[in-house]
Amino acid sequence: MVTKKTSPDLLNSFSFKSLKLKTKQQELLIRVSILGLVYVLAFIARLFSVLRYESMIHEFDPYFNYRTTLFLTEKGFYEFWNWFDSESWYPLGRIIGGTLYPGLMVTAALIYWALRFLRFFVHIREVCVLTAPFFASNTTIVAYFFGKEIWDTGAGLVAAALIAICPGYISRSVAGSYDNEAVAIFALLLTFYLFVKAVKTGSLSWALGSAFGYFYMVSAWGGYVFIINLIPLYVLVLLITGRYSMRLYVAYNCMYILGMLLAMQIRFVGFQHVQSGEHMGAMGVFLLMQVFYFLDWVKYKLNDTKLFQTFLKITVTSAVLVGGIALGVGTASGYISPWTGRFYSLLDPTYAKDHIPIIASVSEHQPTAWSSFMFDYHILLFLFPAGLYFCFKRLSDATIFIVMYGLTSLYFAGVMVRLILVATPAVCLISAIAVSATVKNLTSLLRTKQKIPQAGSTKGVGSSKSSSKVTLDQSQPFQKNGAIALLVGVFYLLSRYAIHCTWVTSEAYSSPSIVLAARGAHGNRIIFDDYREAYYWLRQNTPTDAKVMSWWDYGYQITAMGNRTVIVDNNTWNNTHIATVGRAMSSYEDEAYDIMRSLDVNYVLVVFGGVTGYSSDDINKFLWMVRIGGGVYPVIKEPDYLVNGEFRVDKGASPKMLNCLMYKLCYYRFGELVTEYGKPTGYDRARGVEIGNKDVKLEHLEEAYTTSNWIVRIYRVKPPTNRL
Amino acid sequence: MAAKVSDEMAARIWIFVVAVALSLSLPSFASSQDLQIVNAERRIDLSSHIVKAFLTLKVENIGKNPAADMLLAFPPTQIKHLSMVQALAVTGKKKKKAYLPLDVKPSEQPDAPNDTGYFLVTFATPLTPGETVTLEVLYILTHSLEPFPMEIAQSEAQLVYYRDSAVILSPYRIKQQTTYFKTPSTRVESFTSVEPANRAGKEIKYGPYDDRAPYSYAPVIVHFENNSPFAVVEELVREIEISHWGSIQITENYRLTHGGARHKGVFSRVDYQSRRSISGSSSFNGLLAVLPPRVNSVYYRDDIGNISTSHLRTGYKKSELEFEPRYPLFGGWRATFIIGYRVPLEDYLFEAPDGRRYLNFTFGCPLVETIVNKLTIKVVLPEGSKDPSAVLPFTVNQDLQVKYSYLDIVGRTVVVLQKDNVVPTHNVPFQVYYTFKPIYMLAEPFMLVSAFFFVFVASLAYVHIDLNIVKK
Repeated sequence: MVTKKTSPDLLNSFSFKSLKLKTKQQELLIRVSILGLVYVLAFIARLFSVLRYESMIHEFDPYFNYRTTLFLTEKGFYEFWNWFDSESWYPLGRIIGGTLYPGLMVTAALIYWALRFLRFFVHIREVCVLTAPFFASNTTIVAYFFGKEIWDTGAGLVAAALIAICPGYISRSVAGSYDNEAVAIFALLLTFYLFVKAVKTGSLSWALGSAFGYFYMVSAWGGYVFIINLIPLYVLVLLITGRYSMRLYVAYNCMYILGMLLAMQIRFVGFQHVQSGEHMGAMGVFLLMQVFYFLDWVKYKLNDTKLFQTFLKITVTSAVLVGGIALGVGTASGYISPWTGRFYSLLDPTYAKDHIPIIASVSEHQPTAWSSFMFDYHILLFLFPAGLYFCFKRLSDATIFIVMYGLTSLYFAGVMVRLILVATPAVCLISAIAVSATVKNLTSLLRTKQKIPQAGSTKGVGSSKSSSKVTLDQSQPFQKNGAIALLVGVFYLLSRYAIHCTWVTSEAYSSPSIVLAARGAHGNRIIFDDYREAYYWLRQNTPTDAKVMSWWDYGYQITAMGNRTVIVDNNTWNNTHIATVGRAMSSYEDEAYDIMRSLDVNYVLVVFGGVTGYSSDDINKFLWMVRIGGGVYPVIKEPDYLVNGEFRVDKGASPKMLNCLMYKLCYYRFGELVTEYGKPTGYDRARGVEIGNKDVKLEHLEEAYTTSNWIVRIYRVKPPTNRL
Repeated sequence: MAAKVSDEMAARIWIFVVAVALSLSLPSFASSQDLQIVNAERRIDLSSHIVKAFLTLKVENIGKNPAADMLLAFPPTQIKHLSMVQALAVTGKKKKKAYLPLDVKPSEQPDAPNDTGYFLVTFATPLTPGETVTLEVLYILTHSLEPFPMEIAQSEAQLVYYRDSAVILSPYRIKQQTTYFKTPSTRVESFTSVEPANRAGKEIKYGPYDDRAPYSYAPVIVHFENNSPFAVVEELVREIEISHWGSIQITENYRLTHGGARHKGVFSRVDYQSRRSISGSSSFNGLLAVLPPRVNSVYYRDDIGNISTSHLRTGYKKSELEFEPRYPLFGGWRATFIIGYRVPLEDYLFEAPDGRRYLNFTFGCPLVETIVNKLTIKVVLPEGSKDPSAVLPFTVNQDLQVKYSYLDIVGRTVVVLQKDNVVPTHNVPFQVYYTFKPIYMLAEPFMLVSAFFFVFVASLAYVHIDLNIVKK
């Protein structure tokens, strides 16, 4: 206090200086701590399943990823890369190294090795379980920088917070959901961010970073095709709107060439970048860029507009002609492969249903319902158009990119449920712009009115804009109250969003699906752990070389948990093989026996929910088996299993249905069982009917094991009887 | 079948050889002439798959010199299944009875007839001529019940053979002896008759037989129903990790199997759940592990995750963990699982008078009524421990290893104790002594603190130092 009085002048100047430094540091501190909190939040919001169940791998595909990661950490990278897996797709086998995206496994293995190097002796399973939350946290950081790049730091922070808890992203990145998407969304956003940065600065280093981000994305997920089509599309739009610049030229060329060369190092992708129809757009745009550059140079040299116009016409037409002819010749000669069915089904929602039943049979490939948009985006669905408005209002290279990313990905999200995931970052970013811009305008409205003299000291475009707005708006009455009301409204919406996200995460997206939980009569939790019971039984009590036939959904789980050879699995690379299994399941027992003998099948595994009322069982999937089987073997006809176009299992079911292998295996000795009080024996709780064939006799198979709640039933295929 | 025939053949040949050996080798046993067994009673409990035999021997010195010890003989078919032998000397009479444990050691006799195995019991005080002493001997046999038929279906009961001798194999003359077999149920298919032999309820009585010469042998086979759980742990690895920060973490890796008659044909869930009394009577589902009191953080899992069917009852003297494998175990079926728990350090770690520390923990397997074919106990001492030594009441294989755990630099010393053929009677305390300086406890916190410190210093430096070459 004494010093203050003695030298007020010095103190003033000093404190002013330090204060100025301090506000900057304070801002940094607040920003870093908000980001830190968001980082932690994104991680812990995904731990519901670990706390409620246990640290385990979820669903189907993650079990394959876990198994391969285990292999990678045990045997090393070269063994992994050359791995021929004879335990799946018997008798064909599968070349694992050449048919997977290794990014996820290598990432988890690197984390694992790094932790072990630092003397943290964790189990590889824990690393795999927590990979997805860890990368979700990293995605929030990328979202912050991306938001900062396209709008400002405020929008970045909001984007980070929104994406941290957005259900559309959480659905694929909860702890245990060890799937390609877990790291791919991070890679996708990183690539986009670095590319936008490269376009903005024209710097080679950012473009290089973007190429490496692209490489990581290619190594992680097949969704990289989205990047390699979106970025050229974006460049094309910039070219058309007359935004061509040297910055764009440098960014795109560097990113495309290096990204393509790097991507060729992934065996599964190989030469697709120069040979497949899906990647031709990028190459076309690349050539177009060269034409643009050339024209620019000619224009500069020529100095004659009229001459240049004719030259332009000739060059453009000849370039388009040459390109068209090259594409035509390439396609005709078979050098360039045509678009795949998966790509078609993305562009045309009805394509898969008519042509590829195996894609259409997967629930996550169904067209999205409005309710799931609402479920996964909540308020973002309303904020998205508002954000688009702000983006259009302040058009720049960066905002054009995010608008295009948002619109295209939203279209794909409408085509397939699982692609909501790809659209989520864009939706979050655009919504963040809406929130940030609104809140900023409103708060500056409040602040500038109170302290008009200080308004000049706060920097930035927003404040100058708003201060001009304030002078304009001062004539309007109640504007301060209105602003307060609007702010309260915004925060109310955001808090509802947070509540909704937590609820959705906890209720819908945090069950491992391999362990089923139900509430008992007294409110206690009942756990149905039948899947693991069956898989562990297979693992311990069958010969190590036993071959297990089941529908392809359970293939990955049987190999990972049961450690036994399967006929088909979730890779679905060979439609004929799957159709053979579908045919066996839908044939009569003796016909099926011949098929099973020809495939060396020792055990047959079926999933049956009739006792517990578990509805996603094999009977409910049965029509897809018939369809896929019938697609290859015309002997199997779907109408044989239906009665008046209706699928039934009770007395009114078709005779073929009542005697096919799947029906017999599911309902063997089920007719003796009373499942529900007051209902006749053989009452199927999943479908709510009394079954039609209670006296199932098996001739070539015998019951080997049935789990405690009958969810998984395993049958042994008997050896052929001796001929006398 | 071929194996069985050869087994019987071998047994017959063996009996013949013993008989020949008897007549030849009698004079060479000096001590066998000095001692004789006045009265012997043997009670063999066949109610579980662990065969317990209680032997009461009244021994008299009829020689001229004092005898310091005596021999217990076992046929070679039993010696390899013999899990443990204990002997007690009974002193006093009736109400004042007292038991004195005696030293029992496996012993090699140079002229043993045809691989007979011996245990040497040392008397508390040498037996003077004419003196008698009463001994109580307990021996335990594992894997001695042979399922016949070897494979059974789900609805069948499990029948087993037990092979033994009606008279006690002994290098000494036995004046009078009786043997009782106790079966788990009244269902006895057959038993070899060696007169006088009769059966009453759950008991089969052989004898009394008078005045049998040394090395008398009369093979008998009892064929009876035994549906008790044949829980055999093929391998158990127990890891006991000591942390001086206050707890001991125990991790137990089990490889369990049903050692009874193999399951044949179908497993029917309908039969198993609705006709439980007659279906799968030899299978077992529930298991019980007796854990220390004050146990916490108990988990039960296997390679593919947590198993939710377990209940823990903590008590003042012991805790009980009731658990079920994922599926019921039928003959020949296997299950592997892990049980882990933590106990407070102060209950099991003490300081010896010489300044060393020692762990006092229970040997053996916590599962009740199970046989462990191979038991490995690994005591992981804290990093920086020196001079480990283990003290046990019986012989085990000992070894030292090094294990790396969280934040270890030099690794932790691991004392490995390994024993085959372990039964619940082996659940006795053992000690592991070692020296440890408390300062080592601070190494790991110090490493963590310094790591965080460097992170903060680095970020401090990053904020304050301007690394730009060009001034902005």
